[in-house]
Amino acid sequence: MLKDITIGQYFPGNSAVHRLDPRFKIIITGVFIGMLFSADGFLGLAVGAVFLLISFLLSQIPLKLMIKSLKPIVPIILFTSVLNIFFLDGVPLLRLGFIKITDEGLRTSAFMIIRIIALIMGSSLLTYTTSPIILTDAIERLLSPLKKIKLPVHELAMMMTIALRFIPTLIEETDKIMSAQKARGADMETGSLVQRAKALTPILIPLFVSAFRRAEELATAMECRCYRGGDGRTRLRQLHSTGADFFALGLSILFLDAVLLLNCLIG
Amino acid sequence: MSVIRTENLTYTYSIGTPFEKTAVNNVNLEIEEGELAGIIGHTGSGKSTLIQHFNGLIKPTSGKIYIDGQDIWGKDVKIRDIRFKVGLVFQYPEYQIFEETVYKDIAFGPKNMGLPEEEIDRRIKEIAELVGLHKENLYKSPFELSGGQKRRVAIAGVMAMEPKVLILDEPTAGLDPKGRDKILGQIKDYHRHKKSTVLLVSHSMEDMAKFADKILVMNKAEVFCYDDTPKVFARSEELEQIGLAVPQITRVFNRLKQSGIDIRTDVYTVEFARKTILEYLEKRGGKNA
Amino acid sequence: MEKNIISAQKVEFHYNNEYDENEAPKPIKQVLKGVSLDIPRGGFTAVLGHNGSGKSTIAKHMNAILLPCGGKVWVDGIDTCDEEMLFDIRSRVGMVFQNPDNQIVATIVEEDVAFALENMGVPPDEMRERVDDALKSVGMYEYREHSPHQLSGGQKQRVAIAGIIAMRPECIVLDEPTAMLDPKGRKEVLKTIRRLNNKFGITIILITHYMEEAALADRIVVMDNGEIIMDGVPRDVFSNVELMKKVGLDVPQVTELMYLLGKSGLPSDTHIIDEDECANALLKLLNE
Repeated sequence: MLKDITIGQYFPGNSAVHRLDPRFKIIITGVFIGMLFSADGFLGLAVGAVFLLISFLLSQIPLKLMIKSLKPIVPIILFTSVLNIFFLDGVPLLRLGFIKITDEGLRTSAFMIIRIIALIMGSSLLTYTTSPIILTDAIERLLSPLKKIKLPVHELAMMMTIALRFIPTLIEETDKIMSAQKARGADMETGSLVQRAKALTPILIPLFVSAFRRAEELATAMECRCYRGGDGRTRLRQLHSTGADFFALGLSILFLDAVLLLNCLIG
Repeated sequence: MSVIRTENLTYTYSIGTPFEKTAVNNVNLEIEEGELAGIIGHTGSGKSTLIQHFNGLIKPTSGKIYIDGQDIWGKDVKIRDIRFKVGLVFQYPEYQIFEETVYKDIAFGPKNMGLPEEEIDRRIKEIAELVGLHKENLYKSPFELSGGQKRRVAIAGVMAMEPKVLILDEPTAGLDPKGRDKILGQIKDYHRHKKSTVLLVSHSMEDMAKFADKILVMNKAEVFCYDDTPKVFARSEELEQIGLAVPQITRVFNRLKQSGIDIRTDVYTVEFARKTILEYLEKRGGKNA
Repeated sequence: MEKNIISAQKVEFHYNNEYDENEAPKPIKQVLKGVSLDIPRGGFTAVLGHNGSGKSTIAKHMNAILLPCGGKVWVDGIDTCDEEMLFDIRSRVGMVFQNPDNQIVATIVEEDVAFALENMGVPPDEMRERVDDALKSVGMYEYREHSPHQLSGGQKQRVAIAGIIAMRPECIVLDEPTAMLDPKGRKEVLKTIRRLNNKFGITIILITHYMEEAALADRIVVMDNGEIIMDGVPRDVFSNVELMKKVGLDVPQVTELMYLLGKSGLPSDTHIIDEDECANALLKLLNE
């Protein structure tokens, strides 16, 4: 049950997109988001969509997976479209009592929906093609200039890594504790909301106790391996940027320019 | 009547995925009331999956389980009632403790059964004595106790439900020899006192030898054998073939037999080995004289 | 070079005062009562004792996780109380713990093995080589790109050992490394430990309560109640059947049988610790 949850939606592969330097991938994703938000009209969005389509085709990620990534945001899409359709003024197309649907409302909501979908698909493409640890690594390196203003960049990245490492362990542990309490007759499926929340105590307390124990042991083990924070650390994995990375970045900036140009021409 | 009976019990994981695996394959088993039996097998032999079927934590893919003659996945059966009949103590049970006091933690199971306060109180006091928990410890926080004591609290929590069948998954894991012998002894006491069925899962043949009247050997998702302990150990060569280590002393006696000495080979405890040697010498001494 | 990689002199240790409900200090419980122990280079020593005998506490003194309250510990001639030298001590004496899950930091095997080297600032090229060597020496090289949670307990523990080996320590202290493993995992880990000792000459200190594991060592130190009560080769230590039982430890079944036969008035030798010797002795006895 709990084990079925997939954490970090990495989809292993060796496509051109997979092979890009993760730092560049993050920046390119940023440029892509820039395209979506600077686009004034549908034409601008279409340019962004073309860029997304090219990246998607190169990545060899199954379409099914991309559509799956949209599932959690369905409520958000519905919410924004309802908001836009019913509450924007414009030329009324349909009137039902106090409800009216306007052309402006329809257009804006379609625009918003496309923008959100493209946004989610684009960022999913980043997480599908980059393993969580490499992503964390890349974020750490991109943010490393911020160390100068005393931002604990290394520590944050280390926390991310450890969290990623222990998620499967703790999920397994939760499963085990749940089975053990069920065997003692714990009832987690019936009763009022309050009762059910109360029924979580026998699971949460052992889980916390175990997390603390693990944290303590892990800290000792890290000390034994000479951990002393980020200063003077070297890394096993080196990131090398190649021509392909610069080409991809250049391409994304060209697309962004195209969007801006369209804005000027049409606007 | 048998207290646990399975009929063509099969369980397959992750059906339809590349990870599909049959963990329990067509198991037909009858365990009689009042038995003290051991369950042994490799990691992945299916023993853990099998025992979780006995109290309905896992629903079989096919086949049936009868507890006390009742099909536990039958129409009118509440699975929670089955869990009160078949108590299951998981590996490292001390990690499931959560209450403020030892007393309250042991009471968790009996309370879920809806028993009256006086009855719960009676059971806790009785079980605490059986597992060697002092009275003053009952009102302490369980987190103040030593590892071995915590484990006994957790086991007592299931024993206090007075299930017809008590199943323990590796209750001695990680304990030192003294702690191990103590817990095995207490489980034996409980069995004697309550006359209930006790099943114990273990990796250790030596534990089995000291503890169990009967042994169930699981191998590759199937029952390899289920028989009286001496009879199982008499098949030590087959056991070694499926990769289960038999006690050192059993191997020595096999060696003696191979060297042409007419001696029994179902020897699996040191005390019994001593007796066997003395008897052999006496018999031979008699002949010689 | 010092002859002993580790030398403990009259080490005393107790945890800080605890207070009872009335805020009165509880009596101090001495965990180590003047333990002296020299570990020569290249050996394989087992420290045997029941839970609470002080065996884990002395182990934690060997790479300055704990510092003695009385007495001294030297690692390769360095006083463990010298804070400046902490990382020199820890890269000389590595430590492996009971629960493999709680000592693996990274989500990829090779990244975890590299962790100590990254901390020590080893250059990337050299790091690559040392990581690969360490993984090969524990037989986990093929798994270098796996995620730790896909591995069995024995495999995880071998990864944890590789993480220590990568530091190229002179000595590894293993604190009950097999207590949470199944028999197969236990075998894998013990085989690895012996290989590191035989093939690479790494000094091994194995803390355990399993006598079968201690029997593999060339020296057994038995601890009870914060003190060393026996120290010798396995054969001599196990021959003290009564004393071993008294402090809650096992001896090999064959040794115990010899002891029982002796008590029944038969000629027997409790220095017997393996099957072959026992079978031969019994054959002699039964054929006489």
